[in-house]
Amino acid sequence: MSAEDMYRENILELYNEPLNFGELGDATHKHHEYNPLCGDDITMQVIIEDDIVKDVKFNGKGCAISIAAASLVTDSVKGKKVEDVLSMKSSDVIELLGIEIASVRLKCALIGLEALQKAIRRE
Amino acid sequence: MRSDFPILKKVAYLDNAATTQKPIQVIEAVKEFYTDSCANIHRGVYSLSEEATNKYEDARKKVAGFIKAEDDEVIFTKGTTESLNLLSYCLYPMIKGDEIVLTELEHHANIVPWQQMAKRHNLRIKYIKLKDDFTLDYEDAKSKITVKTAIVSFAHVSNAIGTINDVKMLCNLAKQNNAISIVDAAQSALCYPIDVKALGCDFLAFSGHKMFAPTGIGVLYGKVELLNKMPPFNTGGDMIKHVSFEDAEFQGSPLRFEAGTPNIAGAIGLGVAVDYISSHSHDICENCGGLRKYCIDSLNKLGDINLYCPENGASIISFNIGKAHPHDVASLLNDHDVCVRAGHHCAMPLMGKLGVPGTVRVSLACYNNKEDIDRLIEGLKHVKEIFK
Repeated sequence: MSAEDMYRENILELYNEPLNFGELGDATHKHHEYNPLCGDDITMQVIIEDDIVKDVKFNGKGCAISIAAASLVTDSVKGKKVEDVLSMKSSDVIELLGIEIASVRLKCALIGLEALQKAIRRE
Repeated sequence: MRSDFPILKKVAYLDNAATTQKPIQVIEAVKEFYTDSCANIHRGVYSLSEEATNKYEDARKKVAGFIKAEDDEVIFTKGTTESLNLLSYCLYPMIKGDEIVLTELEHHANIVPWQQMAKRHNLRIKYIKLKDDFTLDYEDAKSKITVKTAIVSFAHVSNAIGTINDVKMLCNLAKQNNAISIVDAAQSALCYPIDVKALGCDFLAFSGHKMFAPTGIGVLYGKVELLNKMPPFNTGGDMIKHVSFEDAEFQGSPLRFEAGTPNIAGAIGLGVAVDYISSHSHDICENCGGLRKYCIDSLNKLGDINLYCPENGASIISFNIGKAHPHDVASLLNDHDVCVRAGHHCAMPLMGKLGVPGTVRVSLACYNNKEDIDRLIEGLKHVKEIFK
């Protein structure tokens, strides 16, 4: 596969204008995740009520893949049960992205989900 | 020269600050050792062991000649990181003062060992500032290197932005204040002739794999009068004179710091690499400078480039392009068979100072040519199209 296949229009749009990007002042759960290998830096903020994800936002810096993936993951979990979010796997993120991810870039795609799950588990 | 590196037919290899490719002469020497003269060194009385020992010690002599040191001042280590860690563990009895002076452009390998040493012995670390033109602030160096300074440790050439530091001046400042001077020569040993006596350093460290030798072999140079007073680092076989159930007596340098069976094949490979570099020294100096200029000019012509390197630097060129994240740039360049590094280059504090999460880094070696740079530029045009 070529890297170009990863940079579809929807991915680039999400990189330029990410979804759910910003601050949640009244977050009940928060986690900062950093990838020392590439410098991706994502903070996830979540509001959980009655075991349901009421709202979620993220901010930070990252590559197109990490920002697009964090956008799609946050968008997909709103209103979901906490246990369903915790059971999400890498394959779910790749499905959301709709592209093939080179193995060296998998970490980028997954940092958003990792931060979200750690926030929920209060790690 | 390019034909000695068959891999260059496949890719435009522009990540030489991470590791260089290996010439067939080095690969053959390693193969030949394992095929024809493999034995442990310094112990066996049979011919094969003698041959292995001679090859290993010949490599030491070659390296010593290469940096104008004495044979017993050359210690084989795993690489620069291990050389610097060794010092951070063994220097304490040798120091006066309680401050360690580093610079803002160091690689993590020349920061973290000192942070750990500072914690163990309650020392303070000070950093010589980097100026806006990506060179060191030598006025700041003069104010920070004082009688309180125990150790001054700094890179000859920055691995992240290519700044070339004034080694003689910093070593001299250290000497005037009775501090120990340490040079991280990982990025300079290939391209800049090193004369440890002329530089005036107490210690100097470099890695074989960044200068055509195999991975897992490196060098720590130290003044012999210091080395022989230092406590050992690793202890065990080969570094002892005598062992009883209660205690042990140690060898002098260099064996004192080479416990256990060393990387014999790696050392032999490094010896051959040093010969290779010496026989091509003219090409090495000539090519890199011209190619650096060609690369920077081509980048500027392309536009939308933020350069992070001094005007007169080594052949390490750090930049970002438009809004594209360095990792996305490197992934897309891979489509063009162009190998570059993206990220913080093990210099997180420096990236923080520059205000970027990372950069794209092109690092040249003497075997690179204009076609490699042209391929890079073609790839970057593609990046610009995608991230327009």
